[in-house]
Amino acid sequence: MTLNGWLQILFFLALVFLVTKPMGVYMARVFNREKTFMDPVMRPIERLIYRLTAVDENHEMRWTEYAIAMLLFSAVSMIVLYAIQRLQGVLPFNPQKFAGVTPTHLAFNTAASFTTNTNWQAYSGEATMSYFTQMAGLAFHNFISGATGIALAIAFIRGIARRQMKTIGNFWVDMVRSCLWVLLPVSIVGALVLVSQGVIQNLRPYDKAVLIEPMQVQKTGPDGKPMVGSDGKPSMNTVTEQTIAQGPVASQEIIKEFGTNGGGFFNANSAHPFENPTPLTNLIEMLAIFTVGAGLTYTLGRMTGSQRHGWAVWAAMAILFMAGCVVAYWAEARGNPLLAGVDQRVSASQSGGNMEGKEVRFGMANSTLFATVTTDASCGAINGWHDSYTPLGGLVPLANMMMSEVIFGGVGSGLYGMLIDVVLAVFIAGLMVGRTPEYLGKKIEAYDVKMAMLFVLVFPLVILTFAAISSVRTFGTAGISNPGPHGFTQILYAFVSGAANNGSAFGGLTVNTLWYDTAIGFDMLLGRFFMMIPMLAIAGNLAQKKYVPPSSGTFPVTTPLFTVLLIGVILIVGALTFFPAVSLGPLLEHLLMAAGKTF
Amino acid sequence: MKRNLLTAFLMTIATTILLGIIYPLVVTGLAQVLFPKKANGELVEVNGKLVGSRLLAQSFTGAGYFHPRPSAVNYDPTNSNGSQLGPTNRQLIDRVKSDVAALQAENPGTPVPIDLVTTSASGFDPDITPAAAEFQIPRIAKARGMSEDAVRELVRQHTEERQFGFLGEPRVNVLELNLALDRTPGKLASR
Repeated sequence: MTLNGWLQILFFLALVFLVTKPMGVYMARVFNREKTFMDPVMRPIERLIYRLTAVDENHEMRWTEYAIAMLLFSAVSMIVLYAIQRLQGVLPFNPQKFAGVTPTHLAFNTAASFTTNTNWQAYSGEATMSYFTQMAGLAFHNFISGATGIALAIAFIRGIARRQMKTIGNFWVDMVRSCLWVLLPVSIVGALVLVSQGVIQNLRPYDKAVLIEPMQVQKTGPDGKPMVGSDGKPSMNTVTEQTIAQGPVASQEIIKEFGTNGGGFFNANSAHPFENPTPLTNLIEMLAIFTVGAGLTYTLGRMTGSQRHGWAVWAAMAILFMAGCVVAYWAEARGNPLLAGVDQRVSASQSGGNMEGKEVRFGMANSTLFATVTTDASCGAINGWHDSYTPLGGLVPLANMMMSEVIFGGVGSGLYGMLIDVVLAVFIAGLMVGRTPEYLGKKIEAYDVKMAMLFVLVFPLVILTFAAISSVRTFGTAGISNPGPHGFTQILYAFVSGAANNGSAFGGLTVNTLWYDTAIGFDMLLGRFFMMIPMLAIAGNLAQKKYVPPSSGTFPVTTPLFTVLLIGVILIVGALTFFPAVSLGPLLEHLLMAAGKTF
Repeated sequence: MKRNLLTAFLMTIATTILLGIIYPLVVTGLAQVLFPKKANGELVEVNGKLVGSRLLAQSFTGAGYFHPRPSAVNYDPTNSNGSQLGPTNRQLIDRVKSDVAALQAENPGTPVPIDLVTTSASGFDPDITPAAAEFQIPRIAKARGMSEDAVRELVRQHTEERQFGFLGEPRVNVLELNLALDRTPGKLASR
């Protein structure tokens, strides 16, 4: 760990702090339909969209209609994405002549993945997807799944803010305004900034470069294994060319981060130099991941009239974020004790540490910071492979997701997930003093707590069920690539990532199989929609309640004490639920690694 | 319900056209006009022939060239990936052990910088650390009949410091450094 590394981490946190208020104020104005500087450009486009799609922008929805509209839009767009993948062979913008995506379970998995804002990738982008599928299928879902999340968070905030009303807004209007006012303008500017640093943006066929030194490569047989000649020596092939994959990357890269989607244009995601060529692009991408999530805490404060509550929530997020950074940076910078004869120490000429699966331009500080950010939010982009992290370094992304990504969080989903934790925190505080809990003037009653518990319990139920099945059946264990406790972590990580709609992976696990594609497909769908519905139910229920002015018995939600209690609830709900599983995976591996054991 | 279903269909079409087609094409057009070289992958040509991209490492194994970091995918940009080996996997430990042995034979007594024996995340990390460049200088100087200081000076010229003085890590672009070596007079100078 270096002073410069900490400076970079704190500089990043300072930037997150600085964008919170402007972003929050702007979003509050957008969703209250007040005037903004984007109106002259976006308002005509918005009106045109409503006219074309039969939307009455003044219609208000109850929570049930809001949920139905959201589900219908998700279902239709998911089916379209499935169709685009299967038909890409006959669609335009396909210079590499990729055939339709097969097998069907992969196309299903990918459709579910991008619809749920997970962007789990069981395919390799540069070898599977045409430019059309990337743009109109995948990047398009980056916009609308992010916009759906923001819409729902706004609906939840309205539920808290409104008094004795039956409605919580209009899904179509919230979704379209998220796209046009929030996501699109930042994406256009951000994409061009990324290109200026070297992120590619073109529609050309892959280039062929003639290598300066021809390369000897071991042939692989039809079974995918390295081939050996009859004399027992590896049979080699001379390679004289390097095929350079191209594509419209920057336009997808920026929304992949800003919409906390995380699906890379290329298999190597943000570790690929064409997606993330410089430390500046790395910083922009990380900041893009947190901007909406941080801003929404301010929007919450503004729309509910309690700005200090917004900051109290922000503080809980920032503290948990820093805790993750410290552990991940420390664990990775220590390096791998099992490697002998190598220099893993930090010096002026290298950042040292565990460099397997990491890139030199990022080193330890920026790799671990990115891993923390991407899993605090439901992004799932990676700039180094989490599978090759040390056990405790890899535990940080896993634990962040297990807390269901409420630390700044996915766009929208982070805030409403956090507010469910707030409801629980207020409820627990109420139990402790023996009074009916209140939250910002709303009584929290049995119905709300039941729905909150449903929200909280669906998550581990789905994960642990699928992970347990995969751990004991051969169709699950066959995918493991790293033996020992690490193999169990690979399986656990996959289902946590799916249900949390993160999408990062312990990438060694072979997941393009009938079992994993299907199981993770449902894991993602259940983790998104079965959590959204109880959340909207709470929003609808809160909206119709009377306002109760705070009294001396009200637990204030604006104080450091509240922040501490909230962190406690997050840790108890997230960490304790999964502790037995974690102890069988990363914790066990850490102890065995310290004892010098290999697998 | 019916009306919302109709809207779901129409909304999917309308937003696909705007966000899935118009947006990326507009960005492509602007990028190609404003930053044509960057938008196309910073391709490198030598004598009019495309030899690679400065952002993608390619294999160098000759004694007279700086070697990039190992690749789990043979430096193939149509198959970007890392090794995905976990920290306690014997395959990783054994691979590093044999790579370390080979490198120590070439530069005895100097500990091997970690990035030279670990596979990168992309499979074609264009950079090595200044430590990894320094480690290789004696081999290159010998193979090219140059003085170590002359090679070191070339490395220094191709060392990129942290961006804005504090972002990221110092690094050396292997392809550019090797092309510079080839332009330098010496017994291996070529092209």
